[in-house]
Amino acid sequence: MLAFLVQRIFQAFLVMFVISMIAFAIQDGLGDPLQELVGMSVSLEERDAIREDMGLNDPIYVQYARFAGNALQGDLGISYFYGKPTLQVIAEHLPATLELVIGASLIILVFSVPIGVYAAIRPQAFLSKFFMGISTVGISIPVFLTAIVLIQLFSIGVAIEVFPTDTGWGAWLNGALSTDGGLPSYGRGDELTHLFGTWNSGFFSSNGLWHLVLPCVSLASIMLPLFIRLIRAEMLEVLQSDYIRYARAKGLSSGRINFLHALKNTMLPVITVGGVQLGIMVAYTILTETVFQWPGMGLMFLEAITRSDIPLIVAYLMVVGLVFVITNTIVDLIYGLVNPTVKLTGKKA
Amino acid sequence: MRKLLTAFVGSMALAAAPLALSAEATKELKMAYDADPVTLDIHEQLSGGMLQLSHMTFDPLIRWNKDLGFDARLAESWERVDDKTMRFKLREGVKFHSGNELTTKDVEFTYERLKQSSDFKAIFAPFTGINVIDDYTFELVTAEPYPLLLNTATYIFPMDSEFYSGETEKGQSKAAITKHGSSFASGNLSGTGPYIVTSRQQGVRMEFERFADYWDEASPGNVKKIVLTPIKENNTRVSALLSGGVDFIAPVPPTDLERIKRDKDVDLVTMSGTRIIMFHMNQDRVEAFRNLKVRQAVAYAINQEGIAAKIMKGFATPAAQMSPAGYSGHNESLKLRYDVKKAQQLMKEAGYEDGFTITMISPNNRYVNDDKIAQAAAAMLARINITVDLKTLPKAQYWPEFDARSGDMMLIGWHADTEDSANFFEFLTFCPNADTGAGQYNAGNYCNPEVDALVAKANLETDREKRDAMLQDAEKQLYDDAAFIPLHWQDLAWASKKNVKLDPILNVMNFPFLGDLVVE
Repeated sequence: MLAFLVQRIFQAFLVMFVISMIAFAIQDGLGDPLQELVGMSVSLEERDAIREDMGLNDPIYVQYARFAGNALQGDLGISYFYGKPTLQVIAEHLPATLELVIGASLIILVFSVPIGVYAAIRPQAFLSKFFMGISTVGISIPVFLTAIVLIQLFSIGVAIEVFPTDTGWGAWLNGALSTDGGLPSYGRGDELTHLFGTWNSGFFSSNGLWHLVLPCVSLASIMLPLFIRLIRAEMLEVLQSDYIRYARAKGLSSGRINFLHALKNTMLPVITVGGVQLGIMVAYTILTETVFQWPGMGLMFLEAITRSDIPLIVAYLMVVGLVFVITNTIVDLIYGLVNPTVKLTGKKA
Repeated sequence: MRKLLTAFVGSMALAAAPLALSAEATKELKMAYDADPVTLDIHEQLSGGMLQLSHMTFDPLIRWNKDLGFDARLAESWERVDDKTMRFKLREGVKFHSGNELTTKDVEFTYERLKQSSDFKAIFAPFTGINVIDDYTFELVTAEPYPLLLNTATYIFPMDSEFYSGETEKGQSKAAITKHGSSFASGNLSGTGPYIVTSRQQGVRMEFERFADYWDEASPGNVKKIVLTPIKENNTRVSALLSGGVDFIAPVPPTDLERIKRDKDVDLVTMSGTRIIMFHMNQDRVEAFRNLKVRQAVAYAINQEGIAAKIMKGFATPAAQMSPAGYSGHNESLKLRYDVKKAQQLMKEAGYEDGFTITMISPNNRYVNDDKIAQAAAAMLARINITVDLKTLPKAQYWPEFDARSGDMMLIGWHADTEDSANFFEFLTFCPNADTGAGQYNAGNYCNPEVDALVAKANLETDREKRDAMLQDAEKQLYDDAAFIPLHWQDLAWASKKNVKLDPILNVMNFPFLGDLVVE
């Protein structure tokens, strides 16, 4: 266990090192950060003076050495755009992203388990086929498209008038197909509850919760079908196994078999995959946050790229890299605890 | 029952009427721009966003009005003392947000600070000094007679000298201007303007409250609180307005103009802008571009009206020159010259009937539809046998390439900081000179000393009519020379809910005078 942790810490440093090298290597390709900092009519001379002042004229290895030296002391530089330490900027944007991910995860959890289990128990039922069909569509629609459609339907509203409005049934059909809109389409709202530090939460006011709805649904839309299919597949496999057949033969109730014995063993691989998927969700938050102007890390990162805010880009990549290393470690630990035959260090027992 | 209700509502309305008549600020405005101000220090960066902030929280000495004339603001009156000196009289009794009173010492402080600012110092280069006469009278002095003195005075937003003097707890001067990193002025603000900044989360949200002691009591503005949310994504910004999440958005993307016009709950205001979009033809890299006939052929091959109609969806004004209508140099006689036959003829005469191959570079996220414009132009050039190898780049990568002049044809958009034609010539067509900074964005390397001399002379001419004639002549010469390929002036668009009366406060400079905004 201890050896495993030491190994992981060493790994984390290696990952950080590689990420920082890559981030530094690509910074020339990101463009000139000065374009965002000065007006067009500033003379070339003046620009060069500012560049010199910012240390951008130094050779790349000098810049990297300076960065690495500071990074080892926990200083990842100052964002060009925000004018504040990059870690502070990230900390300020982190809560919004975490709440988005938590909200989406809750939606996934609440819907994927029952639907997945149902589809496994009754594979031939109409409802199962319906859910499976929908989930195929869900996987193949890009998240930003889902988001735009949701905004049009539930924020702006759609007025359908294809049926004759002067008849009762026409008006009713029109009304049934039209949507009112009214859901917030951007941002986190203005009634956030301050928890601690930089954490202002949207979970404790109706205004904040309403603002969470569309972004969370959009973000969940890509993962939910995936989990439904995963749970269904795992569950189907478990239901075929000998111990379930044995339990059936013994005459246990089907509820007990399905939800106690089968589901428990289904969830194990799902948890592992879930841990990994959570990391991938970070990537999808970038798209979701852009469409909903959600002030989280994803939007911050995307804007940092368009501004060539190199210190912030490097810091973001390193923080995300660290998050990946930590989640993978935790997932491995949980796996090891649940299934003691797994050797964490990967050596022969 | 209904009668009773009507009577009740009626009496309520009557009771409320006197309140509505007095210009008391009671309304709240939620607005969404595509970006928020990068800093609270108005001298840190010269950009559209910063000028918008300046007009909300500070006030200039004088400001542009809708007809490109000047309105008195903090300067009550001004008069020419001699060729090189202009005397201003300051309004009395104007208070800063801090409570300090505005005097000439604040103007002097601001002038000196502008001279230090890397972004603004070029604009104030013609000035040699400021003479303070008494608490409310001062003079601006230039080295030579300077026709754009008043244009430049619109950039003087007096800052609170007392508030910005001294040192912070960390021992940093409060007057310091920092390009990156934080300074006192980038986080604290005290101006004379209609709004006080009450909270600011950069990139997320900014709140303003109407300044109780605002000097301009004649202003009809009745908005008490403004919440600014930056929404970069075009679609999201429009959705926010259509769903009622915000009251006012800018800019409106051309692709959504129809959608907004269709909606009966919102108003759309558009006007022709003053930012020219154009191509440079690099004479350094392509020998053919040194040939006048080839340049003219390119000018005849480009269909500005087509681009404005098809790609810009009518959201641009086709241009045959740099100066938009209303500018000194705008020359009515210069017409669009799209004529493919004539272009082919000219190519033949120049000996390039079989054409040649060039590279073209263009940004893809700087101007409205920039990459699509470049694609269209490339297709048009194919008709005169010029094969174009087009590369489009994000702006952060584009400008270093542009500075290195690495394309044969290069797209650029330009807005004159001085709202004057001479600025176009100085940056875009003057013979490039690294020492003086002339022709800094003249990527065509076109050089015509005669035109340069003419513009330089116009810049010493304070007689408006004579000066106009000179600048119009310069436009004509560049047109005949096909020095560059003008495309269009980018139009401006804003949209708001019906009860927000936008029209009176908008202008071509794109800094809405929000202090005067009336919300019903």
